[in-house]
Amino acid sequence: MNNLDRRIIFLILLVVVTIPLIISVGGEIRPTAPVISAHEAVEALEPGDYLMVSIDFDATSAPELMPMLRSVLRQAFEKDVRVLMLGHLAIGLPLGHMALEEVAAEYDAEYGVDYADLGYRPGYIAVMIAMGREISDIYSTDYRGTPIRELPITENIHSYADIDLLFGFEHGAVIDYWVRYAQARFDQKMAFGTTAVMAPDAYPYLQSNQIEGLVGGLKGAAEYETLIGRPGLGTRGMPAQEWGHLLIIGFIVMGNLGYFFTRRRKG
Amino acid sequence: MGTGTIIGTWLAGFLTLAILSFLYKDNPFYKLAEHLYVGVSAGYWLIYVAFFDVYPMLWQGFQNETGLERWILLVPGALGVIMLSRWFPRIAWLSRWPIAFTVGMGAGLGITANIQGYVVPQIGATLLPVTGWNLVSLNNVILVVGVVTTLLYFYFSKPHKGVLGWTAKIGIVFIMISFGASFGYTLMARLSLLIGRLDFLLADLLHIIR
Repeated sequence: MNNLDRRIIFLILLVVVTIPLIISVGGEIRPTAPVISAHEAVEALEPGDYLMVSIDFDATSAPELMPMLRSVLRQAFEKDVRVLMLGHLAIGLPLGHMALEEVAAEYDAEYGVDYADLGYRPGYIAVMIAMGREISDIYSTDYRGTPIRELPITENIHSYADIDLLFGFEHGAVIDYWVRYAQARFDQKMAFGTTAVMAPDAYPYLQSNQIEGLVGGLKGAAEYETLIGRPGLGTRGMPAQEWGHLLIIGFIVMGNLGYFFTRRRKG
Repeated sequence: MGTGTIIGTWLAGFLTLAILSFLYKDNPFYKLAEHLYVGVSAGYWLIYVAFFDVYPMLWQGFQNETGLERWILLVPGALGVIMLSRWFPRIAWLSRWPIAFTVGMGAGLGITANIQGYVVPQIGATLLPVTGWNLVSLNNVILVVGVVTTLLYFYFSKPHKGVLGWTAKIGIVFIMISFGASFGYTLMARLSLLIGRLDFLLADLLHIIR
């Protein structure tokens, strides 16, 4: 087994992940407490409230974060919550904007009135701190170059005090900065959707009640889709995820057994 | 579906397969896709920062602002230009000034933020009560024992013998569980990326699934 060509493992994994995508064979999706909390934080918003969405990921994390972003946006527009998008990764912001335009069109939402995209500004710590004083100091214009004071949605927005909830979509350390600079200093209410890799690092913030909720990885996205009743890639991907995990567990068990018996034979 | 979308989908499909072909072995298609990704990312970043940040915030800002607000913009502008001195070995030392500014500002902001936003809230969240024989209390005890024994594992001023040795060993168990959780989540993330690409190939490109 030591000489097994690793490409055979890749091929088996490809087959095991592809088949459940084509013929959906998976169990029921049960939302967990962190995801329910995040959902409830958005659900608690009233029509006309402001949801700030931060796009802190790029294409490398899109399969995990795009489904949850779409779900949160759908929930917000469904409730007539106003959405302000910004991002700390210039290269990822177009993905967020694409999802924003796509979901806004589903609800006939109007740019500048129901939603706006403030774009990207460099230096996230400086941006986060400055937003606590006056948002227009940093975001004087939206991503199109329109002065934000000319947009109905942002004409009276000044600081975190005007933002009812911040929902960040994170694939890196920006979540730490949001919590340490916007939550700790300005008491900004916030929830996060993170990649599965980042989720273990984010759980301490949830445990300490610094954040309202946490949606972790594709599994979290599937749970959020279940909560809003709009299945998407998260839900579709769960059977493949389950079978993929079972295969990897099988490989780990086989690898350890192989190691054990080889060592015994040598000993 | 517009022609642009169709071309974009096929291009994305080709690039996805080109990247995945690396799993078989390194090849020119993989190299092409990799270089395209790096080049497009760098180009996009440069254009975005230049036209959406430097131009409106520095150039237009300097033209539109008055008084101190205007002249203060020369400071970040000059620091930015000095940073470029790294390209010229003779004057490369000048780039230390903007770096020193950035490091100093980052350290100053970071110390207070870490204490206010991480250390204090996390210590507070670890001081948990035991309210009787129930699952919440058990959970709280496990959490406190986990934090204390893990911290003791990283105490190296005394040999790990006796009580310290046992507690450090318990700390290792918690550290290993943490590594296991991180590994499990990482695996889940990598599989999700594969699922995302396969879903794109099967749904958007080949229309096998909806």
